[in-house]
Amino acid sequence: MASRTRTEPATDGPLADTLLELSKFIRPGEVSPDLRTLFLTGGRDGDVFYRDRWSHDKVVRSTHGVNCTGSCSWKVYVKDGIITWETQQTDYPSVGPDSPEYEPRGCPRGAAFSWYTYSPTRVRYPYVRDALLQLYRAAKQQHPDPVDAWASIVENPQLAAGYKRMRGKGGLVRATWNEALEIAAAAHVHTVKTYGPDRVAGFSPIPAMSMISHGAGSRFLNLIGGTMLSFYDWYADLPVASPQVFGDQTDVPESADWWNASYLMMWGSNVPVTRTPDAHFMTEARYRGTKVITVSPDYTDNTKFADEWVAPHPGTDAALAIAMGHVILTEFFVQRRTPRFEDYMRRYTDAPYLVTVERNGDRLVPGKFLAAADLGGEAATGAHAAFKPAVFHQDGTVVVPNGSLGHRFSAEDEGRWNLDLGDVVPPLSVADLESWDGASAEIALPRFDVAPEPGQEHAGGTGVVVRGVPVRTVADVMVTTVFDLMLARYGVGRDGLPGEWPTGYDDPSSPGTPAWQEEITSVPAEQAERIGREFADNAERSGGRSMILMGAGTNHWFHSDTIYRTFLALTMMCGCQGVNGGGWAHYVGQEKVRPLTGYNQYAGALDWTRPPRQAIGTAFWYLATDQWRYDGLPADQLSSALSRGTFEGRTTADCLVESVKRGWMPSYPTFSRNPLDLCDEAEAAGKEPAQHIVDSLEDGTLHYACEDPDAPENWPRVITMWRANVLGSSGKGNEYFLKHLLGTDAAIRVDETGEGSRPRDIRWREDAPIGKLDLLVTSDFRMTSTTLFSDVVLPTATWYEKYDLSSTDMHPFVHSFTPAIDPPWQTRTDFETFGALAEWFSRLARTHLGVRRDIVAAPLQHDTPDVMATPHGRVEDLPLKPGVTMSKLIVVERDYTAIADKWKTLGPLSEKLGMATKGVTFHPDKEIDALARLNGVVESGPMAGRVRLDSDRRACEMVLAFSGTTNGRLAVQGFEELEKKTGQKLAFLAEEHEGTHISFNDVQVQPRSVITSPEWSGSEHGGRRYTAFAVNVEQLKPWHTLTGRQHFFLDHDWMEELGENLPIYRPPLDLHRLFGDAKPGERRRIAGPGADGQMEVSVRYLTPHSKWSIHSEYQDNLFMLSLSRGGPTIWMSPKDAAVIGVRDNEWIEAYNRNGVVVARAIVSHRMPEGTVYMYHAKDRTVDVPIAETSGLRGGIHNSLTRILLKPSHLIGGYAQLAWAFNYLGPTGNQRDEVTTIRRRSQEVQYR
Amino acid sequence: MKVMAQMSMVMNLDKCIGCHTCSVTCKQAWTNRTGVEYVWFNNVETRPGVGYPRTYEDQEKWGGGWVRTKRGRLKLRSGGRLNKLAHIFSNPNLPEIHDYYEPWTYDYDMLLNSPAGEQTPVARPKSLLTGQDMKISWSANWDDDLGGSVATMQDDPILKKMSEQVNAEFEQAFMFYLPRICEHCLNPSCVASCPSGAMYKRVEDGIVLVDQDRCRGWRMCVSGCPYKKVYFNHKTGKAEKCTLCYPRIEVGLPTVCSETCVGRLRYLGLVLYDVDRVAKAASVENEHDLLDAQRDVILDPFDPGVIEAARRDGIAEDWIEAAQNSPIFKLIKQYKVALPLHPEYRTMPMVWYIPPLSPVVDVITGSGNDGEDVRNLFAAIDQLRIPIEYLAELFTAGDTAPVDFSLRKLAAMRSYMRGINLEEGRDESIAESVGMTGTEIEEMYRLLAIAKYNDRY
Repeated sequence: MASRTRTEPATDGPLADTLLELSKFIRPGEVSPDLRTLFLTGGRDGDVFYRDRWSHDKVVRSTHGVNCTGSCSWKVYVKDGIITWETQQTDYPSVGPDSPEYEPRGCPRGAAFSWYTYSPTRVRYPYVRDALLQLYRAAKQQHPDPVDAWASIVENPQLAAGYKRMRGKGGLVRATWNEALEIAAAAHVHTVKTYGPDRVAGFSPIPAMSMISHGAGSRFLNLIGGTMLSFYDWYADLPVASPQVFGDQTDVPESADWWNASYLMMWGSNVPVTRTPDAHFMTEARYRGTKVITVSPDYTDNTKFADEWVAPHPGTDAALAIAMGHVILTEFFVQRRTPRFEDYMRRYTDAPYLVTVERNGDRLVPGKFLAAADLGGEAATGAHAAFKPAVFHQDGTVVVPNGSLGHRFSAEDEGRWNLDLGDVVPPLSVADLESWDGASAEIALPRFDVAPEPGQEHAGGTGVVVRGVPVRTVADVMVTTVFDLMLARYGVGRDGLPGEWPTGYDDPSSPGTPAWQEEITSVPAEQAERIGREFADNAERSGGRSMILMGAGTNHWFHSDTIYRTFLALTMMCGCQGVNGGGWAHYVGQEKVRPLTGYNQYAGALDWTRPPRQAIGTAFWYLATDQWRYDGLPADQLSSALSRGTFEGRTTADCLVESVKRGWMPSYPTFSRNPLDLCDEAEAAGKEPAQHIVDSLEDGTLHYACEDPDAPENWPRVITMWRANVLGSSGKGNEYFLKHLLGTDAAIRVDETGEGSRPRDIRWREDAPIGKLDLLVTSDFRMTSTTLFSDVVLPTATWYEKYDLSSTDMHPFVHSFTPAIDPPWQTRTDFETFGALAEWFSRLARTHLGVRRDIVAAPLQHDTPDVMATPHGRVEDLPLKPGVTMSKLIVVERDYTAIADKWKTLGPLSEKLGMATKGVTFHPDKEIDALARLNGVVESGPMAGRVRLDSDRRACEMVLAFSGTTNGRLAVQGFEELEKKTGQKLAFLAEEHEGTHISFNDVQVQPRSVITSPEWSGSEHGGRRYTAFAVNVEQLKPWHTLTGRQHFFLDHDWMEELGENLPIYRPPLDLHRLFGDAKPGERRRIAGPGADGQMEVSVRYLTPHSKWSIHSEYQDNLFMLSLSRGGPTIWMSPKDAAVIGVRDNEWIEAYNRNGVVVARAIVSHRMPEGTVYMYHAKDRTVDVPIAETSGLRGGIHNSLTRILLKPSHLIGGYAQLAWAFNYLGPTGNQRDEVTTIRRRSQEVQYR
Repeated sequence: MKVMAQMSMVMNLDKCIGCHTCSVTCKQAWTNRTGVEYVWFNNVETRPGVGYPRTYEDQEKWGGGWVRTKRGRLKLRSGGRLNKLAHIFSNPNLPEIHDYYEPWTYDYDMLLNSPAGEQTPVARPKSLLTGQDMKISWSANWDDDLGGSVATMQDDPILKKMSEQVNAEFEQAFMFYLPRICEHCLNPSCVASCPSGAMYKRVEDGIVLVDQDRCRGWRMCVSGCPYKKVYFNHKTGKAEKCTLCYPRIEVGLPTVCSETCVGRLRYLGLVLYDVDRVAKAASVENEHDLLDAQRDVILDPFDPGVIEAARRDGIAEDWIEAAQNSPIFKLIKQYKVALPLHPEYRTMPMVWYIPPLSPVVDVITGSGNDGEDVRNLFAAIDQLRIPIEYLAELFTAGDTAPVDFSLRKLAAMRSYMRGINLEEGRDESIAESVGMTGTEIEEMYRLLAIAKYNDRY
């Protein structure tokens, strides 16, 4: 060692070396010869600390019941009875040798969950607001009966206003479980008795994220006749285009199918942030040569992975998609016929179907689908002939293909509901007919992209473009095809056709071209052109494996149904739907309860009573929170320039009333009187309740509640929320909730609608109600805005403290929640809570309710013959006829004393009536016997012999046993029924698993792959990846639409009125024109506190999904806050920041007519000028000061929004435009808002 | 030759989604306790950005790592070790808490316990150090996704080094994520900085650790580490750092950050190296030669001579086999797509990175050309939004050639595989253009794309 020469590599100098050499003898171990480093081996006591820290007693499989669609299985570590942390499970069934796997699944938010278990925001005990609890305790002194005591408070206006005013202002005090439940039960019983069961409502979203926790509450509410509110449409996550185009709620590929795409566009879907555990399939697919495109107005997270970034102005996406469609139709259909595309369009879309050309004033416009009923002769006499649309045979005759709606529900057509065209090869265009004589018609098509004439700004940018289509006369009417209309719509000219056509791609003057879209979106025309071409070229070369991932960025707009239809059109033109690796992939809020049928039976209490009351959430809140009083949006302002005046003089609120009265959409409370009393009245009058209602409506003694939502008898009185945070997250128009529903302080900054612009069909009461709601009960494990404003807060077990089931669209597995620890403190699972509430309710009902008859107004229902209520979508005035021109009116007997007994046992109806899912009825005959042996039966009492559902595990077993996806026998049974209807082979899809029944134990061991079942449209057969509509395309099973095909064209009267028969570009709402809001880009010098003399700027206000939370969940989690900015922020561009003189991290206020938000600014060059982001679901719980603008706590992101109804979402009773729960309904869209931003005083106050 | 084994990691930045799951699972497992509230053994930085702690890469300021003296010897940048001993009580190069961030919590209790008042209750931020109210002005990840870029981006030490002008403008925007843990260097300057002999490198797997019993809290390691991946626990008064999860590694489990990496971008494996050549390699004169010098130190585990020497040096058979199956060896030596972080610090770091591709610039898209088209394949590499010079300053001491080479390989793989994906055949010329065979490309593709659990770890 000493001989080491200093020519070798070495460190420092000789003196240091000497010292260090010395240390070698002090420190046992091996110093490297060059004295660089120290090596040690064995016996390292100093390491013990970390070894100890890693040790734990057990690892438990559970997951997170949060609305993210992740459904990730996690390992929860427990030491000394304490949950320590979590890491992801990696044991998913394999995707196969040539694909990435699903392991690991999880994200930073899930990884931070265990923080909540012992956090200071954990709700440990039941709480009641002091102001109410004191009143209740005093009332009990006077009225020993809880229901009487409750009535004495809420029926006394002074007392009621007193405790309602205190909502959201602290003062929650501990109560016992019994006291809290007694109050809740008393309120329920009082409301059912006095106002009606439909004045009781429950809100809990996304069953898939914890099916039993959701179902337990929903089951209770459905048993008492309460109203369950929809969420998918309310969240604006429902893509209304899906029912419009596919006749399906939402069905999308699992994320492993992205891997199969060879062209992938992420369009308004920020995959790394919102689909974190799935994003790797996208990054990895690139290595297979998949080209990736990002379409986003900002340089968003997923842009990093893109080959190209397309940055349109917010909300203009449809123009871009239309231009791409223009290129595809031009190059792949007109200049050259692409055999694959043409064949696909013929078989699987409505492109070849015949549409009449009708007169509209002095113009010609597209009319209605030509149906068998229009053809005369034998064709017209068959069953449901108005619902059997027609095409041309190649020889020029007209034929009616199989598979239409008319074939679906008629016995004489059994076996003909399929897509088999036989020897018919329908031409796409009339011009393709050899016998076409060159006749054409100049069709007027609406447009919304024109600049208003000076002085005509109030009319908006509506206009008309006239383009020719080839026509032919059939049965005395002029017809063309949907395809011909599409070419006209997209501006793709053909020789010899009259009209106004673009001169080329570079012609900006005529709608449809790449140059036209550039003026709207700012996307270079060349880029739009090339990407459109590439999308189609790839689809041609790959057999349809071009995919569009789309999400909130494009789906949360008022006109998102039109945006989405332009996207879907691209996938349909290129034959991508129903192909692995191709088609649409809608990823926002979509949720998939894979074991759907069993879940529906359990949660709907369909084993005991039918139908449940299920409401469209958006309309419910719109009326309940009195946002309608501020709206006054004239429906005819949304009409096209070719309007027939359908909406004249009416607001969108009036459209809602019409929709409800026609039975298109449900509405609860339904009538102006208690439905229990209506049954009693009928009995007294010796009439059937339905007839009594019809008579009373006709003679004007009964009204719909939605015609007078401010009448005290029509208010919702009791709302229970669980697994939800409406007031801190989804509540569009948050400030209106606070004022009118809750009766407390609010920062609304605008007056109610003035006379002249109020709804025509809703009664205006001069004094708006303040505090409609008597009781808000919330069950949660953490404090949110909703708990802060609730009257009763119940402490819930977390996701690591209960049994439950989880599934998602994103992967094909079902897996379990398992308790790592028992619910701590006084927390209870949702299951236990609703079981206890049911007991309390039943007990109090003995005195006050007993057995009553109820009458449920059930709307015209999707996937039933109801959808043939409106031939040709013609909206006419007809006499009241329940189930045709109005809701069905169904009497239900409710034994209110037996609610608890029914809640915890399996009722008889699942077996007796079967279990219908999307038109397929399953019969769980053998399953009930098996379940009885598995769960046991009730030994004695009125429910003796009934299957027990009295534990969360037993409820899980019921869901798994009663669903085709988890019980192969039912899947085969369902397919066999469908084989009869379609005449196509289907059962083989499930036969490989006929003997498989996935039990709860199975899903605790490992996530289990589901079985192919008619509950869904795709196939897992043979281990393939799930993609939507694979069964439709491969087995010729029709879509649930009018033609049985995917629709470009929608012929309902209201669609025509809105100018939306065909895919079209509609710009974001002009709120300046409609409500006098500031214009985006407007700058003003302001006077006022903290900001005197500075500038403020008006900008587009977007609320995308956050990286550091899942909605409001986790946004209060210390880990997430430490990794971000620690509280509410608004992202803005350097240019906008400069205008208002704000620097990064300074306090700002954002306000508009609806309210105010206080936040800190994040100034970043990744933001485009003129647009700010406040990431969605910034609750008011963490670091929110008092707003200067209002003097109140700074608000949530939804303090700046307000509900706006779009009439096209309200259409029902017609083919695929028909209601089902969470399938169709007005969306709670929020993207069109504009806000004004100012720098505020940097001295913030918190109280 | 003396053969030693080193547990090493490669992170494929091209797949990193910047989700920070690794940070959270690591924090939960290891530093979720008092004294280390501000400590993230694993953190993720948005680049461009200033990093954590702020501007840690500015060694002019912090004095971490080694420098080569005129005589060709390595010297700790912050001064020789004698110098260190001399200044043991006043360490001027120590980051302060504000260079990390002042950890905080909130008075969450107020949400439940606020008495009835006029306003909705709220939880205010409170410093975890002082307990006082505070305005949050920096965090563990303040400039995430280019947040506050206008205020801070100019402080990014990498941008400062670059000759090319990068502006914080929308049209020029780019970003990527850089997850970081301790580098478990072959030539660790933290170990060399420790006056107590408390820091050491484990013989069997090269994991660098702090002996908690011997640490005297001098914090010379904190200054000495150029990556600032040794932290000071202000409660125990001792240094702590990433342990590469040795309690898991020892029983055959991957590190927490690796297993929980939902982007599936982390690879973990053993490599064999010649410990006798480390110092020489770390001392090469030209910084651009450091990459190859370090690659040369890593031994071919299939070489019979290496195997024999490994056996001689006491390395077990299953460890040799592990080195042969190691994805790290493939990525560093065989495919040469992975690169070390800041080799110019001369610590011979052993967490390597595959650089990220990025969208092509608007000039390409606006022109209507397809950057992905195989005919434009390599032209497009020069037109990516992330300036190649930026990556080179991170991974190759500014030498753009190895970064370019790595990105070309990724691009070639995509192009080659597209042919197979579309059933249009295998174009060997693509493989040849990056010095590979089609078979090699397919193997690399399986490792990077399909990346099964057992192939990653």
